[in-house]
Amino acid sequence: MKNVVVCLMPGAKFDRATGGLFGAARRLDAPLTAVIPGPADDELVATIAQQADTVICADASELTAYQPELTLAVLQTVCEQLQPDIVLLSGDTYSQELTPRLAGRLGGSSIGDAQGLAIEGDHLRVTRSVYGGKAMAVVELRRSPAVVWVRARSFDPEPARETPGTVETRAVELSEAARRHVNATEIIERHVETTGDVRLEDATVIVSGGRGLGGPEPFEELKQLASTMGAQMAASRAACDAGWVPPHWQVGQTGKKVAPELYLAIALSGASQHLMGIADAKVITAINTDEDAPIFRHCQFGIVEDYRNIVGPLREKLASLLS
Amino acid sequence: MQILVCLKQILDPEVPPRDFQIDRGRRAAIQGSANLVTNIFCENALETALQLRERSEGEISALSIGPASAEDVLRKAIALKVDHACLVEQEVAGSGSHSAITARLLAAAIRKLGTFDLILLGREAGDWGAGQTGGLLAEELGLPFVGFVDHIEAADGGVVLRRQTDTGWEKVRAELPLVATITNSEENVPRIPKTRDIMKSHRKPLTTWKPSDLGLSEEDVSSAADALEVVDLYIPEKTGECEFIQGESIEEKANAFAARIAAVVQRAGV
Ligand SMILES: Cc1cc2nc3c(=O)[nH]c(=O)nc-3n(C[C@H](O)[C@H](O)[C@H](O)COP(=O)(O)OP(=O)(O)OC[C@H]3O[C@@H](n4cnc5c(N)ncnc54)[C@H](O)[C@@H]3O)c2cc1C
Ligand SMILES: Nc1ncnc2c1ncn2[C@@H]1O[C@H](COP(=O)(O)O)[C@@H](O)[C@H]1O
Repeated sequence: MKNVVVCLMPGAKFDRATGGLFGAARRLDAPLTAVIPGPADDELVATIAQQADTVICADASELTAYQPELTLAVLQTVCEQLQPDIVLLSGDTYSQELTPRLAGRLGGSSIGDAQGLAIEGDHLRVTRSVYGGKAMAVVELRRSPAVVWVRARSFDPEPARETPGTVETRAVELSEAARRHVNATEIIERHVETTGDVRLEDATVIVSGGRGLGGPEPFEELKQLASTMGAQMAASRAACDAGWVPPHWQVGQTGKKVAPELYLAIALSGASQHLMGIADAKVITAINTDEDAPIFRHCQFGIVEDYRNIVGPLREKLASLLS
Repeated sequence: MQILVCLKQILDPEVPPRDFQIDRGRRAAIQGSANLVTNIFCENALETALQLRERSEGEISALSIGPASAEDVLRKAIALKVDHACLVEQEVAGSGSHSAITARLLAAAIRKLGTFDLILLGREAGDWGAGQTGGLLAEELGLPFVGFVDHIEAADGGVVLRRQTDTGWEKVRAELPLVATITNSEENVPRIPKTRDIMKSHRKPLTTWKPSDLGLSEEDVSSAADALEVVDLYIPEKTGECEFIQGESIEEKANAFAARIAAVVQRAGV
């Protein structure tokens, strides 16, 4: 039996991603411990206890919000006590940043963006996209613990357990080795630029624009279309790199992984790296002048047209249909 | 400031899916007609370093591990005016997911090259997309680490980094030495070297080492020493056909398209 530890980040909530993370962990069918570093509210702890056998609230007085070195030191210390075979983290910035470091400190192996997990004999096997989404690889992690961040929303959450797990608050004494860099870095300013009430990752409908829009102005027209549809806005890397829209709008291999019911891609070619971000979208549709654009190979339906001709009439018609 | 940038040569990630082939037995991609290029995030890292050197004094060293062909990424870096370049010749076993071995080789080379204030890597390589090397290297070297950085300013003997988060950005104050991974932004779009500088780069010195020059044995860098094993590599099945919306006029097309979209949106209950 493998001993599985799920590490949350300070300030984590029980959202779709956390649900998916525990869904992935529980399907491994092994003893499961959840570690919450830093302050945790009672409601979160109670919800997590419905997912794990044991919940450890790892309390270190200095840790009030995520700081890279300190959070790492706390998780390292707790993992050294728990001696897990498998450590799972979510796919947020902080978890991605800490995954290889935690593996390095625990003498284990690491990989990210797991879309599938399976225990084979003595080892964890991870299925993930490689080559910008053009191929899939199965990678076996040979050194224990296997430290992995998962594409959390790709996993279905599991229902609450009948009997909740036990909750323990543990005061964490950092070892000399663990605390060596805790003052070397400090997040001094946090800037949240959410695109709306709902996070892009949790959006039900998304309108996304690409390089074919030619500049920032057409995005204003797309925003009107999006608001008619109750949609969130997103973009390709080309549009973000051009500075037309902010970087956190980017969807794809190195952007957001989204899972909407509908993804409307406008003047966006559908490079494999972009498609990696929309693998979990239910219906993909597109407006593109090029009928051979790769995006169409992933669409249920689509339209070959210049966006300048179609977006206006489309918005008007949708406004009447959806009112 | 002494800056070191780690550059990886990869198979051009923009090669269209129809030209992309793998050798399933060897569990590696076949190069075919595709070019070898510098990983884009490494280029973003180099661009960030070049801009930092323009604002504050310093030197930039470029380091790559790979087969002899990886000399090209270093020549390009020399054309962009890095001060030193070093190649550690080692075939990285067909796949780019062996981050633990790469990090060990990089750490050994960095120790031999000298002392650095800032060590920059790409957030991930465009081939295997592992995104592990930066964090593992920080641990090999026993240094602090910040990921997803897109801008760096020197400040009070240290640096202030801006980094991207899921919902916006953060500023991180950091002491040096530091390891950081760089992501793309509108500010670090890589500059293009002049043809004349590319020609001249071939006459500039380039240090070439083998792992044995770093005090590492064959065993240290063999797959047996590795933390991971790729057990399968395959190309997933293609998805279905797209139905193209037709119509006599723009209006007819727009109406038909709107009806299809509205049906999905209403089903989703927005
Ligand atoms: C390692 C790596 C990671 C990457 N990560 C990402 C990522 O996370 N996300 C991402 O998006 N990309 C990513 N990329 C980049 C990706 O490979 C593509 O370069 C990018 O997605 C292209 O963006 P685009 O579709 O907007 O532009 P293009 O490919 O230039 O497509 C523009 C499209 O607009 C159409 N068009 C032009 N004019 C009109 C018009 N008037 N009306 C309608 N259609 C029109 C064209 O036919 C074309 O299909 C990554 C690349 C690498 C190497
Ligand atoms: N063979 C290599 N030589 C030099 N740098 C590398 C090599 N492999 C990985 N890196 C660095 O590590 C980053 C992330 O790679 P990876 O962890 O493989 O996704 C790259 O962008 C490079 O900066």
